[in-house]
Amino acid sequence: MSGIPHDHYEPKSGGAKWLESRLPVIGLIHDTLKIPTPKNLNWMWIWGIVLTFCLVLQIATGVVLVMHYTPHVDMAFASVEHIMRDVNGGQMIRYFHMNGASLFFVAVYLHIFRSLYYGSYKAPREVTWIIGMLIYLLMMGTAFMGYVLPWGQMSFHGTAVITGLFGAIPFVGEAIQTWLLGASSVGQPALNRFFSLHYLLPFIMAGLVIVHIWAFHSTGNNNPTGVEVRRTSKAEAEKDTLPFWPYFVIKDLFALAIILAVFVAVVGFMPNYLGHPDNYVEANPLVTPSHIVPEWYFLPFYAILRSFTADVWVVMFAEWISFGIIDAKFFGVLAMFGAIVVMALAPWLDTSSVRSGRYRPMFKWWFALLVVDFIVLMWAGAMPAEGIYPIIALIGSAYWFAYFLVILPLLGVIEKPETPPQTIEEDFNAHHAAEDTPGRPVASPAE
Amino acid sequence: MIRTLTLSAAVALGLATGASAAGGEAQVTDYAFSFEGPFGSFDQFQLQRGLQVYTEVCSACHGMKYVNFRNLSDEGGPDLPEDQVRAYAEQFFMSDFQAPENQDLIDPETGDQKTLTPADHFPANNTQGAPDLSLMAKARAGFSGPYGTGISQLINGMGGPEYIASLLTSYTGETKDEAGTVLYENKAYPGGYINMAPPLYPDGVVYEDGTEATVEQQAKDVAAFLMWTAEPKMMARKQAGLTGVIFLTVLAVLLYMTNKRIWAPHKKGTRET
Amino acid sequence: MSNAEDHEGTRRDFIYYATAGAGAVVTGAAVWPLVNQMNPSADVLALASIRVDVSTVTAGSQMTVLWQGKPVIVRRRTEEEIARARSIDDVESLPDPMARNENLSTEVAALDENRTLDEAGEWLVQMGVCTHLGCVPLGNNAGDFEGWFCPCHGSHYDASGRIRKGPAPENLPIPVASFVDDVTIQLG
Repeated sequence: MSGIPHDHYEPKSGGAKWLESRLPVIGLIHDTLKIPTPKNLNWMWIWGIVLTFCLVLQIATGVVLVMHYTPHVDMAFASVEHIMRDVNGGQMIRYFHMNGASLFFVAVYLHIFRSLYYGSYKAPREVTWIIGMLIYLLMMGTAFMGYVLPWGQMSFHGTAVITGLFGAIPFVGEAIQTWLLGASSVGQPALNRFFSLHYLLPFIMAGLVIVHIWAFHSTGNNNPTGVEVRRTSKAEAEKDTLPFWPYFVIKDLFALAIILAVFVAVVGFMPNYLGHPDNYVEANPLVTPSHIVPEWYFLPFYAILRSFTADVWVVMFAEWISFGIIDAKFFGVLAMFGAIVVMALAPWLDTSSVRSGRYRPMFKWWFALLVVDFIVLMWAGAMPAEGIYPIIALIGSAYWFAYFLVILPLLGVIEKPETPPQTIEEDFNAHHAAEDTPGRPVASPAE
Repeated sequence: MIRTLTLSAAVALGLATGASAAGGEAQVTDYAFSFEGPFGSFDQFQLQRGLQVYTEVCSACHGMKYVNFRNLSDEGGPDLPEDQVRAYAEQFFMSDFQAPENQDLIDPETGDQKTLTPADHFPANNTQGAPDLSLMAKARAGFSGPYGTGISQLINGMGGPEYIASLLTSYTGETKDEAGTVLYENKAYPGGYINMAPPLYPDGVVYEDGTEATVEQQAKDVAAFLMWTAEPKMMARKQAGLTGVIFLTVLAVLLYMTNKRIWAPHKKGTRET
Repeated sequence: MSNAEDHEGTRRDFIYYATAGAGAVVTGAAVWPLVNQMNPSADVLALASIRVDVSTVTAGSQMTVLWQGKPVIVRRRTEEEIARARSIDDVESLPDPMARNENLSTEVAALDENRTLDEAGEWLVQMGVCTHLGCVPLGNNAGDFEGWFCPCHGSHYDASGRIRKGPAPENLPIPVASFVDDVTIQLG
């Protein structure tokens, strides 16, 4: 592994040498855990560990749930109730799995916005960013398919609506939708294949997570200053970094313990708060719930999907220029996926010479507005599509695209960034030099 | 995080279109229940009264197929003695012999109802088209205040029992005829008119413990009972949650101290190096 | 000075060990439910004890009920069968001298009195699973000893369900059973 110079694993005993010359697995684990990590990382750098934990939690509880679940339209709902009522600890395992999805998305959104603020996506970390986006897409797919499995009213009708999106694709849409569902509507074929994929995709995600970590271990972590670790010599690198174990592992575990305490409180005291009551009614194709909303983590993109209606001039223009091929429905689908695509393209859209948002006075405000925009979109997505809400959603969607396609490229030209510190060491000492009285609490976390 | 407040949305809708009757919006009263909050627990006697209301009134039309008789003796639930549960199951009269869920309760030779045991489930009942009540308290959201913020739900749960109790007490006595069926005006029901005739009457049941059987009392009791049928292991869940929070808080404190210690030599700035 | 450092060191070690210990406890508490969920669930356990209505069983007949996935033979014996089963005193000469009755201790001898449900010996409740390789023996005074006969490998059981001839090593086991009332037997 290239990158920051550091000590590598040297087998000492005969047995260790024997193993290392045949399978350097201890060396791999050692070098991964001892990877030099910028010592000024702040508390926004904990989400990676939280996300890894979430993946493990979801796979562990998921494998267990499968032992009691039956993917059949007549039995799925009853088998979930069997888990809730009769299986030893089944209620907690199921609630952990159910709310685990929410924790997963809370963490992934904070992780993504951290990267957007500190410029973690910028060269040379574009590959890490792209792989992260792939993991995020897989997460959404997995979460969506998992929501089908309890076979409640929301499961059923939500699936009908979301797979209907694919039906909007011109010419081949209906064929794709039928192919996805294995029938013209949601039923046994859909339930069975979504069950299979819901079990499969997390393992693909686990593989991508390894590649994601491999990628940023090759380039080195970004850090709040966006300044690279000095790599001319090991001695210099060590002034900027500390090994991942124990310094960052313990720090991350501390944060994880606090997050889990909150999470366990949610699971223990209000496990259905983030869910929807209608999903405790067994799926019935003949009755549609009055107000179909996706889970909260899909709401921003759901709002974007709904906001481009036929009376918006962009949509009308698209329809005109494409000879009617791109209608409002298809435009909405394109916009929803486009919202993620423009985010994935951020490394090439951001023209600024400075990496971290900390030293970009104008960027800060536009970024803050993006965060607000995301929350507004989430709220608008939960509201019925009438009255003022579609207009709010449309403005929110417009800003989302404008941020990535216009503001990021322009800011690099217009903005005059501040000068970041020369080294990470300088930044770190600026925060901690004053603090030399043992026993005094650590000053509020950097940034 | 954004709460989806179906009810408040429905209320807003009702107001906007002016569809709701005089008297205003669909009203869900925020009844207090003993099982609300992180430390709340079921009132055993209330659940037993609720069971009585279900047996004598609701079960005529509503099934409860996911609930097992044996659960009636669960600790933290109605906690009935096992012989009482056995006697109750044996006496339970099944009215729906067509429901596929009930086939295991029918003797295949005679076609009659088998002698039900604690191991059996409550029969389903589709004879009147009434919904199954096993999960009703979780399948409805209720009081979402104050001001539609959902903060009440954060503490007290989703409010299914409030909705059920409100529904049972909010009949106005008015009816209307629609496509040959009689609909009953109900202020708690979205839309204002419900298919179900008012099921509860003062002293419609006689409580063994001497509690006065007002309509509101019966409504609250059966609502509490239905919360228990929907979530029979609620007590175990809250206990696990509390234990988990305490454990993790202790662990977090220890990790904080460990973290502070291992970082201390590096946070003294240049002095140490 | 060095004293103070030592003190500092001990305190540090203690915190490290306490943290590791607490971490191990939390991890264990989290993993245990994932293991425990594979134990029999409440609906399975609810069927661990069933009640059998034996009002239709007349002397000289038997019924077979399925309990926990295995057949249980409930036989109401005739006077003649009882006399035949009780005539054997020399249990040591039997292939299996033990009663194999889960209601009694494991040391009890294979006398008929130790195998029947009631003292008079009218009711015999036993597992209908041959102790050889698990086939279901034929009943109604079948086999050389007028009890049960396993057709798979030719094991002969007498009127008390004791193995008398053939490859089976043990007497037919008696499950936990008792009369709830005159016509109801509870298994388990």
